[in-house]
Amino acid sequence: MGIYAIRVPDIGEGIAEVELVTWHVQPGDMVAEDQSIADVMTDKATVEIPSPVAGKVLALGSAVGDTIAVGSELVRLEVEGAGNLKENSAPAPVHQAQVAPVSIAKNNPPAAAPTQPVAPAQIASVSSRPGAAPRSAPAVARAAGERPLASPAVRQRALDMGLELRYVHGSGPAGRILQGDLDAHAAAGGQVQAQGPAGYAERHGEEAIPVIGLRRKIAQKMQESKRRIPHFSYVEEIDVTELEALRAKLNQLHGATRGKLTVLPFLARAMVLALREFPQINARYDDEAGVVTRYAGVHLGVATQTEGGLMVPVLRHAESLDLWACAAGIASVAEGARSGKAARDALSGSTITLTSLGALGGIASTPVINHPEVAIVGVNRMVERPMLRGGQVVGRLLMNLSSSFDHRVVDGMHAAQFIQAMRALLETPALLFVE
Amino acid sequence: MTKEITTKLLVIGGGPGGYVAAIRAGQLGIPTVLVEGERLGGTCLTIGCIPSKALIHAAHEFERAQHQAGDSPLGIRVQSPSLDIAQTVRWKDGIVNRLSGGVGALLRKAGVQVIKGWAHIEDGKTVRIEPADGEAVRMHCEHLLLATGSEPVELPMLPFGGPVVSSTGALSPETLPRRLVVVGAGYIGLELGMAYRKLGAEVAVVEAAERILPGYDEELTQPVLDALEKSGVVLHLGCSVQGFDEKHGVHVRSARADEFALPADRVLVAVGRRPRSTGFGMESLQLDMAGRFVAVDAQCRTSMRGVWAIGDLAGDPMLAHRAMAQGEVVAEVIAGKARRFEPMAIPAVCFTDPEVVVVGRTPGEARAAGFDCIDAAFPFAANGRAMTLEATKGFVRVVARRDNHLIVGWQAVGQGVAELAAAFTLSIEMGARLEDVAGTIHAHPTLGEAVQEAALRALGHAIHI
Repeated sequence: MGIYAIRVPDIGEGIAEVELVTWHVQPGDMVAEDQSIADVMTDKATVEIPSPVAGKVLALGSAVGDTIAVGSELVRLEVEGAGNLKENSAPAPVHQAQVAPVSIAKNNPPAAAPTQPVAPAQIASVSSRPGAAPRSAPAVARAAGERPLASPAVRQRALDMGLELRYVHGSGPAGRILQGDLDAHAAAGGQVQAQGPAGYAERHGEEAIPVIGLRRKIAQKMQESKRRIPHFSYVEEIDVTELEALRAKLNQLHGATRGKLTVLPFLARAMVLALREFPQINARYDDEAGVVTRYAGVHLGVATQTEGGLMVPVLRHAESLDLWACAAGIASVAEGARSGKAARDALSGSTITLTSLGALGGIASTPVINHPEVAIVGVNRMVERPMLRGGQVVGRLLMNLSSSFDHRVVDGMHAAQFIQAMRALLETPALLFVE
Repeated sequence: MTKEITTKLLVIGGGPGGYVAAIRAGQLGIPTVLVEGERLGGTCLTIGCIPSKALIHAAHEFERAQHQAGDSPLGIRVQSPSLDIAQTVRWKDGIVNRLSGGVGALLRKAGVQVIKGWAHIEDGKTVRIEPADGEAVRMHCEHLLLATGSEPVELPMLPFGGPVVSSTGALSPETLPRRLVVVGAGYIGLELGMAYRKLGAEVAVVEAAERILPGYDEELTQPVLDALEKSGVVLHLGCSVQGFDEKHGVHVRSARADEFALPADRVLVAVGRRPRSTGFGMESLQLDMAGRFVAVDAQCRTSMRGVWAIGDLAGDPMLAHRAMAQGEVVAEVIAGKARRFEPMAIPAVCFTDPEVVVVGRTPGEARAAGFDCIDAAFPFAANGRAMTLEATKGFVRVVARRDNHLIVGWQAVGQGVAELAAAFTLSIEMGARLEDVAGTIHAHPTLGEAVQEAALRALGHAIHI
């Protein structure tokens, strides 16, 4: 029997640290070779880490939400034959001190034998961001039949209040129910159902949600973008009556065989064509190096809402795709992002981004540029309005485009001209197909 | 013509459970009558805990005096001491009288009417009382609380009488036996056996199990075993008693079926206690039973409405403090409060020398209950105060959940560890984690430091070991 330490692998160029998102194993579990042991997140990609060997999990090196350095110990396994660690090396630095996060786990991870000295973090980065107070301990989930933890005074007061402690959330260490938890529970309607409509009861619940994982990435990117980029936004109204007629016709003719088209592939096509005249907008600006890189191809970021939050998968070489290929491509990358199966390179390298909220588009929005790109185009709601055309009031389908540009490298006039070019293409959709 | 009295609460039994229930009920303004056939205070005060601790203390002091009479390492030189056992018993009786009288005063102060006599239940609301003096009384009550306690189990081949005594007889000896045979190596047998040994008797203990104090794990009982051997108490484990005659003594059969006799001029039978559930008409209520105990719920209600049971009658562990806590619960429930008897832990103390304390779960029990636990012990050999007390045998052990370090049990063995039960039980009731105890300053130099050090050791960083 040997001890084998699995270290965080080098996942991609330039990646020094990853965030631990999910454990797939717990101490005591048997792991087969190539079985996924954990998900870690880099940039915006979530990567599964497989076990290179078969063995039994001895200890986890980190807690969910921790940022860990590439090369640091992730898991310690007991394996047949010799491992890659000496048996007598210091016990795995399990989170002896940091109890709470570990305790989320259903199976209790074995702490290092209490009589042995605990090696101070041999793993480079174990938990603790500096200054990060222990996250308010997630309560230990009480197993069925397990008694709630509360002092005698709290228990007695709960009886007096007619509260069943089983249903009260314990905010104290180890899920201990405190006097304040009783108040909060009662205030949240735990007991006062009978007195007046509960809808008007004061509510005092608070829930601290740690910003970790994808949400932290999103927060960092948004902050970075808004902090670095002087945005300027431009909103223009587009008459899409003709475009919609064309789309309806195409769907009628080819919908059954080639798939239904949404308005997005048309917008993508219009962007591709308009960008030929405005290469400074299809670009990435490395502001530290002071270089704007313009791209011949259009790698279109498609802002996508996923369960975890906003992601921007990339449709590569949108300029090479016809409407249906483009539609299929958008559907494919969006699905990849939503299911979490997107490969890392499917989530980076976009040169401009398209964002659409569909029917929720509103009349205008101020999209945040996907740094280090320099432009983003947002699609607002399509609506039929009475318009004057040749002195006659006619019903037309109108839709706004709300776009933002990096004003450091894109001048207002060029941005306006770019959007006007898109507008011209969209209002006379035949032009979309003229080379 | 019997006198008829109506009350709200009638308590049968003036032991720790009954008298506490009655006092609390009186405090809450509930008209309460308590019936006791013998003395207020019950087994605990009059023929159990208190007198045995008095005798153990006297024996301990006598042994210390003898210890000093030799070549005391402390440099104390005294003449060889002698013992006036009759005076010892008088002193012990004085304590018992004072306490029993005190209970009577407390009951009076709470407005509880005490009737001395034996109760006989007619139905769930009616009890006939035959006082020792005067005419019979018929009580009518809304609530009937059964707190009749327990009595020593008698062995058919060793009926009580003559030299064969129960713990009651052993606590009021007129003379000291020369050779005492104790049947049963539970806590009662060992406490008294050790005391008699210290008082000068030759003591042999016969136990059917293969080990002493079968309720505790071997790590805990080892220091007690060592002390028994050192003091010259002879153990016959895995042996059963067959009978007794004054000429040969106690007939014993070993596990290998060898038969031999242990000469004895007194035999203490301490093989357990059984709930006192017969002899006062309780059978007529046809209450649901849980084995030999009356079945009760978390509020100590029996299967019959308005009839309550607490203490030794209502389940294990048969301990006075459990009965007291239940008595309080019942009084408060009757007074209309929402109460339940649901302690996290009931401490148990064995007053052998060294003493043994168990609160909550032992490591083995925790494992059996499906907990993944860590445990750690701190020996008194590494405790300064223990050295100054010549009491370095034993240790304090803590058991805690591995995942959140919640303390689920404490055990200790050593001189004077009984007093640590307060800290142990409080920490468990308060839901303390190892870090809570480890982070509490424990006074130096005291035995209690071992409590903190055990917690520290469980966390992997004990200081003094």
